[in-house]
Amino acid sequence: MEVDPFIFRFSIFILSIFVGYYVVWSVTPSLHTPLMSVTNAISSVIIVGAIIAALASSSNDIFEMSNIFGFLAIILAAINIFGGFLVTQRMLQMYKKKKKDKK
Amino acid sequence: MISSNLSAIFYLISGILFILALRGLSSPETSRQGNFFGILGMIIAISVTFLTVGNFSSAMNYVLLFLVIGGAIGAFIAFKIPMTAMPELVAGFHSLVGLAAVFVAISAFLNPQAFNLGSTGNIKLASLIEMSIGAAVGAITFSGSIIAFLKLRGIMSGSPITFMGQHFLNLILGIFIIVLIYFLCKTQSESFFWGMMLASFLIGVLLIIPIGGADMPVVISMLNSYSGWAAAGIGFTLENTALIITGALVGSSGAILSYIMCKGMNRSFFSVILGGFGGDTTVGKEKKKDQKPVKSGNAEDAAFLLKNASSVIIVPGYGMAVAQAQHALREMVDTLKKNDIKVSYAVHPVAGRMPGHMNVLLAEANVPYDEVFELDDINNDFANTDVAFVIGANDVTNPVAKTDPQSPIYGMPVLDVEKCKSVLFVKRSLSPGYAGVDNELFYRENTMMLFADAKKMTEDIVKNI
Repeated sequence: MEVDPFIFRFSIFILSIFVGYYVVWSVTPSLHTPLMSVTNAISSVIIVGAIIAALASSSNDIFEMSNIFGFLAIILAAINIFGGFLVTQRMLQMYKKKKKDKK
Repeated sequence: MISSNLSAIFYLISGILFILALRGLSSPETSRQGNFFGILGMIIAISVTFLTVGNFSSAMNYVLLFLVIGGAIGAFIAFKIPMTAMPELVAGFHSLVGLAAVFVAISAFLNPQAFNLGSTGNIKLASLIEMSIGAAVGAITFSGSIIAFLKLRGIMSGSPITFMGQHFLNLILGIFIIVLIYFLCKTQSESFFWGMMLASFLIGVLLIIPIGGADMPVVISMLNSYSGWAAAGIGFTLENTALIITGALVGSSGAILSYIMCKGMNRSFFSVILGGFGGDTTVGKEKKKDQKPVKSGNAEDAAFLLKNASSVIIVPGYGMAVAQAQHALREMVDTLKKNDIKVSYAVHPVAGRMPGHMNVLLAEANVPYDEVFELDDINNDFANTDVAFVIGANDVTNPVAKTDPQSPIYGMPVLDVEKCKSVLFVKRSLSPGYAGVDNELFYRENTMMLFADAKKMTEDIVKNI
C-alpha cells in the first residue's frame, strides 16, 4: 500500500522540530531578542499562501472575498518580513567586540 | 510556470536557508550572515510562488502594490523603533503573523479550488482539520499578542486581571472550539467556521489578561511559539514544505525560550500561564518597611566608592530600560575604565521584558558583547569584586531566594550580588520588586541605596568621578 503524502509532510514536520530544538539551544542567550525577531520574519513565509489566495481566480472578478483576504494577508506578512529582517539587521549591527584586545 | 516538483525543491531550499539563519545566531560574528540567509530564503520562497501560480493577470499588480505598501510600513517601523520598545514591537509582529494565518485560512476556506483542497462545501477532511487548527492557533496568537502589546506598551495595566471561574471558562471555550471544529468537518457549514474563529479570538484575550507584567518574557516566547504552530498548520493545508519547516522551527524556538525563561524564574510553565502572580495586593510589605535601617547615599558617595574600587560588576534590569539609562551607564563605565578599573556586566536570564532584552540595550549603547556575561558565567566572580552596581534590577538579586523556603521566589537562580565588598543599588524607592518580596539586600551592612532615577543618578556619578 502506498504511503499517504500527509505522512511525508508529517515526517518533515517532526524532523524540523528536532532540527529546531538543537539549533535553538545553540543560540547564545545574548542574541535571544534577535532570535525572536528573525523567527518572526521567517514565519511570515506564510505570505506564500497569501499570494496564492490573492492570485486565485474563480471568476473574472479579482476582488472576490477570498482574494481580498489574500491581499490583506499580503500586507500583514510583508510588514512582518521587511520589519522583522530589517530590525534584526539593525540589532545585529550593534553587537560589537572589544576594540583593543582581540579575543 | 514551473512544475510543482521543481517548486517543492525550491521551497525545501528556502526551508534550509531558514535553518541556517537560526544557526547563524549561535555567535554574534556569524549572525549577520545568518540574517542574510534568512532574507535569501524568503526571496526564493516568494519568487517561486509567483512562478508556480504563473497567473500574471491584473491581480498581479495589486499583489505587488500591497507587497510594497506592507514592506514600506515594515521598513519604516524597523528603522524608527527605539531599542527600548523592542518587546512591544515583537509582540505586535506576532499578532500580524497570527492574523495573516487567519486570513489565509479564511481565504482557503472560501476558495478551496485555488489551493487544490476540493471544492467549496466539499473540502477534503484532512485539509479542513489542518486549516481549522491553523486558523484557531492563528487567532489565539493574534488576540493574545494584542493584549501582550497593550500591556507592554503601558496602554493596559501590567497587573494581572483575574476573576472567578476564569480557568474554568477557558477550559469550556477550549472544548467549545474542538466541538465546533468537529461539526465544521461534518457539515462544512460556514457558520461553524466563523464561530470557531470568534471563540479562538476570545480565548486568546482570556489567556493573556491574567498574566502580569514581569511574566511577559514567558508570554512573548509562548506567543512566538504559537505563531510558529499556526504557520505550520497552514503549511499542512497548503502542502508547502517551506511553511512546514519554518513553522516547526519557530514553534520549537518559542517553546525553548519559554522554558529558559521559566527556569530563570524557577516557576513552572503552568503557573505562569494560569497567571495571577505579582498583583498589587502584596501582603506584609507595609509593616516591614520601617523596621530596619537603610544606608542611603548620593552620587558623590557612589562616585567615591567606584573610583576606589579595582573591579566593578554592573547588574542591569528592567528599570534601566524604563529610564533609558543604558547610554549614561556606558559613559560611566568608560570613565571607570580610564581609571584602570575592571568592569563587566551580569545579565540575569529574565532581566527585562523579553529574552535577551538587556543584551540588546547594552549593545545599543556600544557595550562590547564580550563584556556582558550570563548568570552562570559570572556568579562566582562577585566574591572577588569590590563593587556591584545594581541598576534597575531587584528580584534577581534578592538573597532571600537562596535562604528562605517560605519566600515565593525561593529557588529562583539569583545573582550573588551580596558577596561583593559593597553594593550600590540604584532605585527610586524601597518598594519591593515584581514578586512583591522585600529585598533583604537593601538592609545589608555593605549596601548603599541610591534613591533616584537611574539615568539621572548615573549621569551625576559620572560628573563626580
